[in-house]
Amino acid sequence: MAGLASDYDMSALGELRTLGQKKIAGGSKEKKENKAAYLFLLPWFLGLSVITGGPMLASLYLSLTKYNLLQPPEFIGLGNFARMLTDERLHNSLGVTFTYVFVSVPIQLAMGLALAVLLNRGLRGLSFYRSVFYLPSLLGSSVAIAVLWKQVFGTNGLMNDFLGLFGIAGHGWISDPATALSTLITLNVWTFGAPMIIFLAGLRQVPAMYLEAAKVDGASRWQTFVKITLPLLSPIIFFNLVLQIIHAFQSFTQAFIISGGNGGPADSTLFYTLYLYNRGFANFDMGYASAMAWFLLVIIGVFTAINFWASKYWVFYDD
Amino acid sequence: MTDTQIRVLGTSDNERTASDLPTPRRSRSRYPRRPSWVRPFLKHLLLLGTGLLMLYPVLWLVVSSLRPTDEIFRNPGLVIGSFEISNYTDGWTTLSHPFSMFLLNSTLVVLGCIVGNLVSCSMAAYAFARLKFSGKKWWFVIMLTTIMLPIHVIIVPQYILFSQLGWVNTFIPLILPKVLATDAFFVFLMVQFIRGIPRELDEAARLDGCGHPRIFAQVILPLMTPALATTAIFTFIWTWNDFFSQLLYLTKPEMYTVPLALRAFMDATSSTSWGPLFAMSVVSLIPIFLIFLFGQRFLIAGISTTGGK
Repeated sequence: MAGLASDYDMSALGELRTLGQKKIAGGSKEKKENKAAYLFLLPWFLGLSVITGGPMLASLYLSLTKYNLLQPPEFIGLGNFARMLTDERLHNSLGVTFTYVFVSVPIQLAMGLALAVLLNRGLRGLSFYRSVFYLPSLLGSSVAIAVLWKQVFGTNGLMNDFLGLFGIAGHGWISDPATALSTLITLNVWTFGAPMIIFLAGLRQVPAMYLEAAKVDGASRWQTFVKITLPLLSPIIFFNLVLQIIHAFQSFTQAFIISGGNGGPADSTLFYTLYLYNRGFANFDMGYASAMAWFLLVIIGVFTAINFWASKYWVFYDD
Repeated sequence: MTDTQIRVLGTSDNERTASDLPTPRRSRSRYPRRPSWVRPFLKHLLLLGTGLLMLYPVLWLVVSSLRPTDEIFRNPGLVIGSFEISNYTDGWTTLSHPFSMFLLNSTLVVLGCIVGNLVSCSMAAYAFARLKFSGKKWWFVIMLTTIMLPIHVIIVPQYILFSQLGWVNTFIPLILPKVLATDAFFVFLMVQFIRGIPRELDEAARLDGCGHPRIFAQVILPLMTPALATTAIFTFIWTWNDFFSQLLYLTKPEMYTVPLALRAFMDATSSTSWGPLFAMSVVSLIPIFLIFLFGQRFLIAGISTTGGK
């Protein structure tokens, strides 16, 4: 995304410059185009002010208030943020969310990459396999699959039947606080098909010339992968990483369904977003929920920034 | 240069020059030679195994939805002994309203969102891709940033606004944001697509006296059908699966969409009715599966270029 944005920056600057030059020539045409552009953008501008930007600023204000929807908001300064510092459940939910994000995303991406590499080399039945691996990505966020997961990892579920084949004793995966989160991590890993497809598209961009050259020089498949494919693919890995981390931080549905809405057992699946929902819309603690939302925005922003900063050291741009 | 080409060059070298010249074959000789079918065979075995492991729970869900509930927990296999259609008929009527009503509600929301996204996002994309206007660069950067924006930072005031307008328990809060192009992901996807359309076509239309509305409607829109299809399909899937905003805005059972109905189903019933619950879960997944089957081409093109979920 960064590459795209900066590419655009440059072309936009160019466009702005020519726009300035033409203006000197006297531009009724530009004025007309300006007007047309704003008309085309009218829905988007309305959305930006009423649906996105306006509410964003409003929630920044609400984060400084105590508000339960019935009485008018009462300004309490940084009170909500101070409360967050001592809120044990909030700290726990941060831990749960971080574990979820930083365990499931790397595994998910590694699986996606491994299968993309396996599928890449002119294999028969590529489109069949691609479909099989991609389908779970479409189903993964549905309530139906969460319902299924609840059965699969339940005490009498499919998972225990499977383990029983190897003589391993059953376990209540979802009812045990120690393992409940791992069922959600499994579910996220299960959706590796979407990053896999992006990897496949990226692998197709790797010039065959380089791979042939490595082959002629006697490099093994593994060496070729590590020294040539991986560096050339690093922008795509980076793109997937940013995207999936942002996405995973906002996970909600699966934890809600599997825990019955409360993040149990013993808050072990209490995602940050789930806690936010419970504060705001079950306890009508709207000020606190807004403060939490802004803190989430900061967390996501910081991790995205770290990603961009670190990318300088491991992402290789071939231009 | 392909594998066979190298080999051909190698042999022709051998014919022309002394036999002690290294041939490309030799570089591979430190690996034990295996019959050529072994590697692909192992690959297919691995891929089929992984695929089966991944899809097994879903296949099992479908099979189990046709079994009596007490068998669901005893039979991990995929062989169907009985066709328990009653799971479907019972599940259809378990809640206070028939399941067809929830399907209809979901369909209405999905259609509204698709139309909204197609119209508003394509308009915005046309402006960003083709028109010059003041502050374009900054607006574009803002548009890109909103792709990353978590819905949580806007949901509280948005909920307050919509509830004060009396729109809770209507579909407006779900559809209006799409009509106002807030799914910036699709704007971006369409901008990328329009940039690939040759500008000469616009110019030709302009010389023929077309204004921007006509260029947009008669030149650009017909050419960007693939991007529109991708948008429609993704909007379908994301809206059909969406739970968070529907949970907030739809609280009356007669307004429930499919995900909310499933959740209510799960809460309302005891563990004895897994059969009907599974049956309705299958029903809820069928539209996604059909879309996947017929729209796969556009889905894959869509995420390959921009990276969807």
